[in-house]
Amino acid sequence: MTMTDERRQLSYIAAQAADARVNVELETEGMTLNIGPQHPATHGTLRIIARLDGEQVVWAEPSAGYMHRGYEKLTEVRTFPQVTALINRIDWLGSFANEVPFILAAEQLMEIEAPPRAQHIRTILFELSRIANVGLFLGDLGVQLGAITPVFLAFRDREYVLNLIEAATGGRFHPNFDRIGGLKDDLPKGWVEDTKAAMHKLRNFCDEMEDLLFGNEIFQSRTRGIGIIPKEVALQYGLSGANLRASGVDWDLRRDQTLPMAWNKADWKVWTHPDGDCFARCWVRLQEVRESTKIVDQLCDSIPSGPVMAKVPRIIKVPEGEAWVSTENPLGEMGYYVVSKGDLGPFRVKIRSASFNNISITPWLLKGVLVPDIITILASLYFILGDIDR
Amino acid sequence: MSPLSSTGETQALASDHLREGIIDRLRSEIGDALVDSHLVPGRDVWVRVRTDAWRTAGIALRDRLGMDYFCFLSAIDWMPSPFGKGEDDPTAEPAERDDTIRQGYTGGETRFQLLARVVSSSQHIGVNIKADVPDSMVMESWLPVYAGANWHEREAWEMFGISFAGHPDLRNMYLPTDFEGHPMRKDFPLLARIVKPWPGIADVEPMPGGGDDEEGGE
Repeated sequence: MTMTDERRQLSYIAAQAADARVNVELETEGMTLNIGPQHPATHGTLRIIARLDGEQVVWAEPSAGYMHRGYEKLTEVRTFPQVTALINRIDWLGSFANEVPFILAAEQLMEIEAPPRAQHIRTILFELSRIANVGLFLGDLGVQLGAITPVFLAFRDREYVLNLIEAATGGRFHPNFDRIGGLKDDLPKGWVEDTKAAMHKLRNFCDEMEDLLFGNEIFQSRTRGIGIIPKEVALQYGLSGANLRASGVDWDLRRDQTLPMAWNKADWKVWTHPDGDCFARCWVRLQEVRESTKIVDQLCDSIPSGPVMAKVPRIIKVPEGEAWVSTENPLGEMGYYVVSKGDLGPFRVKIRSASFNNISITPWLLKGVLVPDIITILASLYFILGDIDR
Repeated sequence: MSPLSSTGETQALASDHLREGIIDRLRSEIGDALVDSHLVPGRDVWVRVRTDAWRTAGIALRDRLGMDYFCFLSAIDWMPSPFGKGEDDPTAEPAERDDTIRQGYTGGETRFQLLARVVSSSQHIGVNIKADVPDSMVMESWLPVYAGANWHEREAWEMFGISFAGHPDLRNMYLPTDFEGHPMRKDFPLLARIVKPWPGIADVEPMPGGGDDEEGGE
């Protein structure tokens, strides 16, 4: 080794040492920020613990479980028809949609199918709960980004849908209307016309939202390029619904599986977005509401006549077996793995809720983002706390 | 054009073929570690793998069979509940109950079984995979296979007491840190029903104006 080489090496080491010294002197102590469990952006009681370095998140972990109600255990001491009253409360904004996959699983085990009219009305109510649920998301999203107006519009227009659900089922939030073999009741008189009028208003609401929120420059700069989830990661974590479609996966359980429901009787489109960022997730949801109004409109025109209840025994015993049914709920894939031993009640019900998987990605996703973006990302993933904790 | 142009019938037939293919391909990948399988044509497929092949089977499903979407992971306790439906009269003698353990589809030897579901995002077809949980209650973690298994394994650990070798962070999600017991096990009583017995059907009072009242009723 020559003299020059040696000298160069020494100066390099000295420079490195100096750098290290400066870094040590300037290093600040990390800060732990606790968001929630009671925070407007947590939709209930989700607590986020974030370790910060300046404005940047170094590590973050959501802590769920403040609202765990033990539904899986409770189903084991209920009869099959009683279970719907429980599972109504999993995703409380789209309650009717929670009942459907469970009822379908029980029907699958009993090898019965609801009459066409019941299937049709089920699908309509399912889509109405999606509109009520995701419509509120669009307003809520604005509030979490600092825009107040959208939330008033959302609450105003969601009311039309809730009124329809109430008129048909008797319950605004927890219909408990779906029965094994069909529905509790037929639709009231004049409901179809009211529904079509409301769908028209809801489409206007979507246009309004698109103008007001999605076209807003601040909204765009707060959401575009933030919280990007690549397709492979989204699939690995089991993200579903709009979160998955916003990462470019063209998959909708309404279209891509055969269920005794009426989605295939309407003409609609599954929207995807290639970006995978917060904006994409919100945008896909906006389109979904639009498509839902179209589905409801078309199905209202073609409700078949006939009974709304199949012939089922008065005391329902479900034959021994196992069944898995999942549907495309407002929040994503919601499924029930039902094990029956031939009794009045289920032996075991595994509730696969969408938000549980959707939120489990946050430790990965929040690493390296800025503090205000935590709220944006959580809002765009869209979870309902009851859907995480069950 | 409707995205749902294909009729239900042809779809069901095609998927049967696909589901049989899943079993065959998994068998060729992991050999005799595939213990049993069950197929309900047009609906779903179940496979049971040997306990020591839990992770290998996961990797084979993900890499070879294109099951890239992780749906859920949980467990089943096959022991019948010693408390029945929790509707016993607390003053009476404890009821005699059948306590034989009968596993469901694809059989099994142990009281606890792991149950997971993975789906192919391109073919839209899933598979339910089961494995017996040995008495040591330790299984291989699926964390290196599917990142989403993290929370699901934590839940299974908390609720059933199944631990996962290789999981870095088995902490309680729902229960207090010092909670004892595993609530989803069948021999863990539903405390609400023990504290206050379920009134059952006998306790339902007749509705005013209903029943034998002649003016009301149906």
